[in-house]
Order: sequence, then structure tokens, then C-alpha cells
Amino acid sequence: MASFILRRLLVSVLIIIAASFLMYMLVAYSADPLQDLRGSNSPNKTQLINARIQLLQLDVAPPLRWLLWLGGAAKCLIPFANACDLGSTVSNAKVTDILPQALGSTVQLVTFALILAILLGVTIGIVTALRQYSGLDNVVTFLSFFLYSLPAFLVAVLLKEFVAIGFNNFLAHPTIPWWVAVLIGLVAGLIWQSLIGGDRRRRLLTFVISGVATAGVLLLMSAMNWFLMPGLGPVVMILLIAATVIGATALISGLQNRRALISAAIAGAISLVCYFALQPLFDVSTIGTIIILAIVAIIVSLAIGWFVGGYDRGQNMRISVIVTIVSGFLIIVDRFMQAWPQYFQDTNGRPIATVGSSTPGLEGDMWVTGLDTFTHLVLPTIALLLISFASYTRYSRAGMLEVLNQDFIRTARAKGLPERTVVVRHAFRNMLIPITTLVAFDVGALLGGAVITERVFAIPGMGSLFNLGLSRGDLNPVMAYFLVIAAMAILFNFLADLAYAALDPRVRVR
Amino acid sequence: MSVNDTRIADELQAPSAPPVSQGKLVWKRFLSNKVAVASAILFILILLFSISAIGLGPIPGWWKYNYTELNDQVQQGSPTWEHPFGQDRIGKDYFALTMRGIQNSILVMVVLGLIASVVGVVVGAVAGYFRGVVDAILMRITDVFIVIPALVIGSVVGHAFGGLGAFFLALMLGFFSWMGIARLVRGEFLSLREREFVEAARVAGASDARIIFKHILPNAIGVVIVASTLIMASAILLETALSYLGYGIRPPDVSLGLLISSNQSAFQTRPWLFWWPGAFIVTLALLVNFVGDGLRDAFDPRHRRFNLRKMREQEPEEGEGDGRSPKTGAALAEDVL
Repeated sequence: MASFILRRLLVSVLIIIAASFLMYMLVAYSADPLQDLRGSNSPNKTQLINARIQLLQLDVAPPLRWLLWLGGAAKCLIPFANACDLGSTVSNAKVTDILPQALGSTVQLVTFALILAILLGVTIGIVTALRQYSGLDNVVTFLSFFLYSLPAFLVAVLLKEFVAIGFNNFLAHPTIPWWVAVLIGLVAGLIWQSLIGGDRRRRLLTFVISGVATAGVLLLMSAMNWFLMPGLGPVVMILLIAATVIGATALISGLQNRRALISAAIAGAISLVCYFALQPLFDVSTIGTIIILAIVAIIVSLAIGWFVGGYDRGQNMRISVIVTIVSGFLIIVDRFMQAWPQYFQDTNGRPIATVGSSTPGLEGDMWVTGLDTFTHLVLPTIALLLISFASYTRYSRAGMLEVLNQDFIRTARAKGLPERTVVVRHAFRNMLIPITTLVAFDVGALLGGAVITERVFAIPGMGSLFNLGLSRGDLNPVMAYFLVIAAMAILFNFLADLAYAALDPRVRVR
Repeated sequence: MSVNDTRIADELQAPSAPPVSQGKLVWKRFLSNKVAVASAILFILILLFSISAIGLGPIPGWWKYNYTELNDQVQQGSPTWEHPFGQDRIGKDYFALTMRGIQNSILVMVVLGLIASVVGVVVGAVAGYFRGVVDAILMRITDVFIVIPALVIGSVVGHAFGGLGAFFLALMLGFFSWMGIARLVRGEFLSLREREFVEAARVAGASDARIIFKHILPNAIGVVIVASTLIMASAILLETALSYLGYGIRPPDVSLGLLISSNQSAFQTRPWLFWWPGAFIVTLALLVNFVGDGLRDAFDPRHRRFNLRKMREQEPEEGEGDGRSPKTGAALAEDVL
């Protein structure tokens, strides 16, 4: 194992070095870092040019300059020495000084997009595989083709111009006309009947119930002015947590497993008590408090699963952790919603932002600034995730179909396991194996896509570092960007290999 | 390929059927896919329309305006019978601009796809056929190129060579987009070179070049065609994205991405400046994707025929579920691209 890691690391470093040479030569020979000075008419023009040549060592031939750059970059590998030297920009700022902030902003964006794309894509892929050639499946297949063919910048511009401005306009008069509610209800009904399936009578019943429920909830929200003063409230919270308890149990162990149901119910009940008890604490919380609470909650839920016991303690623990995480998420969302009216006022009634990564001059507690980050991130994240979402849906659908076609699934069905066990325990886990490889590929694509998204939404991240650097002929920030994404791509490839080996016992890491 | 062979055998069950070549079978299967055929026809129509409208190079087309001349503004440039797609801010006819953008997009797509396929096939074939040190060296070189995301290397290449015009841009981009095809072709060659017919050719005294090009490559052509079609679809998106960022096709020439980026600020007042190029980008990419999907189904029928519902209904007799049958190359094409 250690030799495998070492060998992989060595090869990766060599590949990065070779790729950095390629990149350095391409940029160095095509870019002109003096272009802005050449056009200037300040009296000390030659002096300025000479100063910049000195600063960026432009009198050294590019291949040699690459060696100098490599020497500086190699110092980054020395731990805790803080000797990192990635050169300076044309405006004489150290690249290592501007890098951390840009990196933080991009990592935030890419992580959210990646997690959401995987969760949504894999879920929808599995569902469409289980309902192959249904109406829903065909619609999703066409949609994923469409998303494949949609350029990232087009999505971003459309989101910015339609969704952001449209939603903000909607919030000025937040009422949903009855025909919109009916339309959404119809669509929801169609989706649900296709999802649940069954014979014609059952489908019709599903269609009517889900359609009417959706439209009714929408009209109720509109009537209660929910969009200006959102919140889940105690009643909805109880309903949602109860649904989580039942849903998680039904999905993972089946409701007839009493022990699992009991541990899920205890976790849900404790979450509910916490929801009422912790409200005063939330008002004075910081991120640290929330993290501590989350860790405590997970430990408690693990303990619940353990003490309820039964023949499968691991399963109980899994279920109660899932219930706790989902309920905790709901509680946090509810608290964020309570901060919404204040944030709405702070932004003069136009909360969804189209530019930048935070509102300048905004002050408030953790919940208000959290909302601010959310409203700035939501559209770029959607723009970024839509494209990889399409590939996750298609791959997990194809993977699921392929796994379901195999003999061990037939065996599992033949020995009388319920369909839920076959899908969740036997098929799902095997389907995850090829997805890990896709994740590694996808991280590179997302980091590349961030160049465009950050440009459209004017987010000061890695992408704009690269973009600005390239258009100004500024070599060092471009190389810093390259170094970061190459390292991340290789890291994720490596993690994918390890995950592959962990998921698939047939693969041996040598 | 064994699955393919049984399929073919199925389709040739009638004892008196005349021998049908693999190529003809694939062609027949492609023609039976209505969506793919319609997409191919529509794509060609759009291409012919754009060429005939504004002409090609020095040859004039039937449309009265061209994409460089400035005209008087009619109704603040909104779409009229005189200018069906409207006019941009300085009075250029937007229909001519869009047609020129389509021509450039298709030019970039074809050139990039061809270069990437040729380089990829050569690298992959040599690596897969000779194996050993050659393979190791070539694959490490591929790794070096693949580390950099397509859009990033594209931006750098476009920044360096974009000023030379659409053709050269596509040429240079092609030299940085061959990695996926090379890996696929290498995989195909690694498995095909162990087959008996290759051994027979070698025993008969065929040279390496002859074995590669006459014996193995025709068997791997499905993978190449499917992969290069899918690369072409992504080439359209790459070119428009680069032009949007300012690293692709440069003014005074026109590209669909460039049209969007230069008119983005006028979105609220003149939405048509945004919609026409946007609609054509999506349409072109969608059509090529559909054609690529149809080709994959034609080369690899197993990919399409598998039907879960049917399988559940006639569980015991279904012959195709022969355990973990090796995926054929064309199915893998999607995995890597």
C-alpha cells in the first residue's frame, strides 16, 4: 500500500512538472506582460518597463525562467517553512498573498456544486433506471441531452438575467396566481405518478393527490405571505421530522424492522426537543457552536443506535445518524429562514445577488451573513452543477441498469429478498463503483467551468485569477492557477483509486 | 465483440440471406434510428442554409447584407422584415452575423474533430500495438496533456493562436484534444492485437503498419467514429466558450460565443441579440449529440437493446445477461469522454 502511494505520488509529481513546462511555454511565448506599459504615455515609460522586466525577470529566456519558477514552487513542498514563492503579478503583488482568498472562494463554489450534482444526479439516475422507459425517464433523458448541449456561459447568463432578476421582482409582490399553482400542481402530479407507478387506478390516484397537495401548499404559502416571512414552524417541523423517520427506516431497513424504527424515532424525538430547546442558543451562536452541536448530535445518535441493539446494530446506528443529520439540517434551515426578513430589508428587497461573493458593508450575526453567502452562491452553483448533473444522471442510470442485469441480482431476487433490499443493498453499492471514477474526472471539469461561471457572476476566485492573468499576459497567476488545479485533479484521481479499491474487493492496490 | 457477433447472427438467421457487410449493418441500424437521422439531416440543412445565405469566402450568397457592412438602424434594430434577426448596436445585419457564426462553429467543430481523431488514433494505435516502453512513454505524455482541463488549455491555446483565424485556432485546439480518443483506441488495440486474425496476418508476413491499418484499425473504427462525433459536439461548446471569454475567434470575424459576449450587456433592452446565437449553439450541439448517440447505438446494439422491464417479464429466457460481458469499445466511448 505504502509503495503504491509513493509510486503514484512520484509519477504525479513528474506529470505536473512536465505539464507545467508545457503550460509555461505556451503562455510565456504568446503573452506580452508589457502590453499595458507599451501603450502608456507617462514620462518615465522606459523606467517602468525596466522595473517590470526586473520584477518578472523577463530578460531571462522562458525555459530558464521556468526553471526559476519551478525552484520557487518546489519550496511550497517544505512543510511549515512558509518559503512558498510563486512569483509576483505585473502589479507587483505576491501571488502567494492573493492565492488563499481566491482559492477559498472557488473551493466553496466547486464543493457545493459537486456535492449537489452527485446527490441529485445519482438519485435521479437510480430512479429513472428503476422506471426505465417511463414518461419520467424519457423526459430526464432528453433533459440530460439538452444540458449536455448547453454551454456553461449561456446557462449562467440566463440564470443571472431571468432567475435572479425575475425572483427579485417576484418578491416585490409575492403572490402566486392561481393558474401558476395549477400548472405546477399538474407537473408535480405527472412526476409523482410516473415515479410511483402501478396500475392505472393507482397512477390516477397518485396524480390527483400529489397535484392537489402541491397546488394547495403553493396557494397557502402565497396567501400566508410565506416568501417574505418564511419559516417551517413547529407543526411543519413535526411533520417533516416524522416523515424523515419513516422514510429513512423504510428505505434502509424496512418498517417491519422494529429496532430500526425505534432508534430512528428516538433520534427524531430528540431532534424535535432540541429544536424547541436550542432556539435561544442559536441566537448567539457562531459557526463553532454549530459544529460542536453537530458533532454531539452525531455521537448521541450513534449511541442511540447502539443501545437500541437488536441483531444489526450497525444498521440502527446508520439510520439514526441519517435521521439526525436530516433533522439537524431542517432545524438550521428553519433558523436561517427566521433571519430572512432582516436580510431582505438589508438588501433593499432584492436579495438574490448577481455579482460578487458578498454584499459590501453588510453587518449582522452569523445567520444574516450566512444568508448573504447563500444568495451569492446559489446561482453560480446552479450554473456550475447543471452540466455535471447531466452526466451523473446518465452514468448512474446506465450503471444501475447494468448492475440490475447481473446474475447476483437475480440470485438475490430468487432467494426472496424484498425489492428494497435488492436495490439498496445489492445494486446501489455496486453502482457506486464506476461513479467514483467519474467524480475524479468531474472535479477537473468543474474547476475549468468555474472560469466561466466566475467571469459571468464576477466572483473573485481562482477562475478570475486565471482569466485576468491570461488576458493581461501575466504569467505567474496563470501558473499558480494551473498548479492548484493540476494538484487537485491528481489528488481526486488518487482518492478515486482508493475509493475504488475500498468499494470493489476485486481491485487490489499494489 | 462476441455479443455483436451473436446479434449479427440473429439478424442473418434466414438461411438464404445474402452476405451483408458489417458496415452495411451498422448503416442500416443507424437509418432505423429516427431521431439520429432527423438530426443529421437537420444539421446538414442548417449548414447548407448558412453557406447559401451569406456565401463562402469570396462567393456571395442570396442574402442582401453581409456580416461586415454597417447599415442604417431600422426600428432601433429590432427584428423586421428587412432584418429578420434584427441589427446589433452599430447596425450590422444580425442574420448575416449569425450565419457567419454558424459557419465558423461548424468549421471549428470539423477541423478540431478531424485533427483530434487522427492524432488520437495514431498515438493510441502505436501505444496499444507495440505495448511496453513505447506504450508507457506515450501514455505518460497523454497524462501530461490530460491533467489540464480542456477549457483551461483551450484558453491558453486560443490566447496564443486565436489571432490567426478560425481554421488555425481549430487546428491548434485539435492538437490538444486528442487524449480521450488515444486512450480509447489504445484499449481497443490492446485487446484486438491478441486475436487470431492478427496472429494469422503476422504469420503471413504482414508488416506492422499493414497489421495496424489494414487489420486492426477497421475493427476499431466504431470507437473512433463515435468518440470523434462526441468530441465534435464538445468542440462547438468549447469554441463558443472560448470566444465568450475572448480567447477564441477575434473580431472582425464572428462566432456565436462572441456575439453573446459582446451583446450580453444589452440583454434587457435587445434580447434578440442574445437569443439567436444562443438558440443556434444549443441546436447545433444537440443535433451532433443525437447523431453521436445514434452512431453509438448502431455500432453497439447491446447498448440500446437492454430493457429492464422486458428482462423482468421474461427473466428465465433472456440470453443477453451473460454475467459480466465485456463492454464493447463504443459503449466505453461514453465513459471516457
